[in-house]
Amino acid sequence: MIQAFIIQTLVTGGVYALLAVGFALIFGVARMINLAHTSFLMLAAYGMFYMTYRLGLDVIYAVIIALVATTLIGIVSYKLFIDRIREHQVTVLLITIALAIVFQECMVLAFGAHFWSAPTLIEGYWEVLGVKVSYQHLLTLAVVLVVLLGIWALLSRTKLGIAIRATAQDTEIANLMGISVPRILLITMGIAVALAAVAGIVVAPLWTVYPYMWLNPLVMVMAIVVLGGLGSVKGSLIGAFIIGLVETSVVFFLPGGAFLSSAFALLVMVIILVVRPEGLYGIVFEEERL
Amino acid sequence: MLRRLFKDFQGDVLAIPGRLIALIFFLLLFIVPLITKEPYILRTFIFANVFVIFAVSWDFVSGYTGQVNFGHALFFGVAAYSAALLNKYLGLQPWATIPIGALVAVGAGVLMCLPALRLRGPYLSLVTLAFPLILLGVIKAFPDFTGGEHGISGLPALAASRTVEYYISVSVMIVSVFIMWKLTDAKSALVRTGIILHAIREDEIAARATGINTIRYKMLAFVVGGFFAGIAGGLYAHFMRIAGPSSMDMMLSFQAIIWTVFGGIVSIYGAVVGVYFLYPLMELLRVVPELRLLIFAAIVIVILLFMPEGIAVWIRDKIERECPRCKLSNIALRHTCRACGASLY
Repeated sequence: MIQAFIIQTLVTGGVYALLAVGFALIFGVARMINLAHTSFLMLAAYGMFYMTYRLGLDVIYAVIIALVATTLIGIVSYKLFIDRIREHQVTVLLITIALAIVFQECMVLAFGAHFWSAPTLIEGYWEVLGVKVSYQHLLTLAVVLVVLLGIWALLSRTKLGIAIRATAQDTEIANLMGISVPRILLITMGIAVALAAVAGIVVAPLWTVYPYMWLNPLVMVMAIVVLGGLGSVKGSLIGAFIIGLVETSVVFFLPGGAFLSSAFALLVMVIILVVRPEGLYGIVFEEERL
Repeated sequence: MLRRLFKDFQGDVLAIPGRLIALIFFLLLFIVPLITKEPYILRTFIFANVFVIFAVSWDFVSGYTGQVNFGHALFFGVAAYSAALLNKYLGLQPWATIPIGALVAVGAGVLMCLPALRLRGPYLSLVTLAFPLILLGVIKAFPDFTGGEHGISGLPALAASRTVEYYISVSVMIVSVFIMWKLTDAKSALVRTGIILHAIREDEIAARATGINTIRYKMLAFVVGGFFAGIAGGLYAHFMRIAGPSSMDMMLSFQAIIWTVFGGIVSIYGAVVGVYFLYPLMELLRVVPELRLLIFAAIVIVILLFMPEGIAVWIRDKIERECPRCKLSNIALRHTCRACGASLY
């Protein structure tokens, strides 16, 4: 019981962390709330489902194709629809909602509004202390760990990472230092979408795949990102595990918890924000200070 | 006296094409039931009227103070549920349940303010998103009292006939829109709220520095917006004769944003245009049920790419021109201002 609880918390928190870090990155750099963020998770999950279950492709190829295709869709839709009207913030918000609806409806058209499940990436389980832990869960944890370490290394150790962080801190100054801001925005969008796609690939066998699967994670990701402090990658990591813990414990320990899990997670977010209005690791921007 | 009224009317309405169009449009709305008694068309118009109140109240809360509210369906749903509960347990009729429901929604607005007013910008948006979802979780967790997934059905209808229901919805809509438009009119000599709300949106720090209690006005925006969204929710519940979880759905909150931003944010009439353009469009698209949402979203994206400020604002800029000297609106055909004679170019 307790081991299953810990594994579940880690997996939920890890998947949320992948999503939240991408969401925080694109918010920090472009100041854009991307409501289509989790719909990329849905696209990748559908891609995995289609290629492994319907076409019977090898898992490795399926993973690569799903990742690359989703990232390309993300970059192209950014370039086509969002880049041109970036100064109208509320309009950008609306376009991202519309994009999410477009993706959702495309999936309804292609696969119908049914519940699907993708086959697991690797079979089998591992017995630890008398509990069966499936390899799928372990694989998810490993992928989350590797990808998050990779993102951390990219942001803190490479020139590109420094450019991204500089743009997030002050777009104009970054531009004056010779950083091509439009290119950084595009790259950041690509990284964020790729993170969402990785999350989609690992959760395809764990969650049910259906056209509306982006809504609930979207709410959770926004709660996490706000809780951790908008635009702060470290904050969203910690926030992801807090929300994952709350959600899992409500489901495990409360009767009828499945209905209340998001309500409790959001309540925790509201309480933290009342105590600390800028989130756990929020940066108070000069022009946004009251 | 009458002559002066007519003179004011001529100067303030007839000379400005946007307002003239609005007047004609509202007059046309009154003769719709004379042209057709088709229940389906009247039903579509009634829904459009209810959603106009809802979208305009979103614009009032979010556009005018810059607090983008992601959870506007909270007010709608709270009012719908209170109306339904009042009717079910106390047996009250629509004329009582709708105003009381709206007042309960105001209460919800005040509760939402308490954490929301400490936050700004995106933080506020994302926190407001949480409230309807928390309440929705509670509603689903206590199905005995609230009806759970199925909601509360069997409410009395708004009125006996469809035509009367239509006239109720049109008149409530016009009165609500007019009140909210007047409250946000920056050029009004009677109420100061319009110019103060504009000031808060432009620069809150400067507004504070000039001695405006910005917290009070932001709260006012929540209270007024919550009240009118509540009226819309009550009308909707009594017209549909059911109050269900869908009235507090996240998609409904997003709908308000879609309608308003599509028509043009911070303009009141933008929300009206947005609803009257998109809601019938959505109904028309029922001929292709599978492609309905897809076409809808595609149209929204394409139009916004070319008119990022919204369709109503785009049209207004084409037919009206503001005098650079006295800030009076003029028809775009004129070369000189109608009041001060300054060149409009």
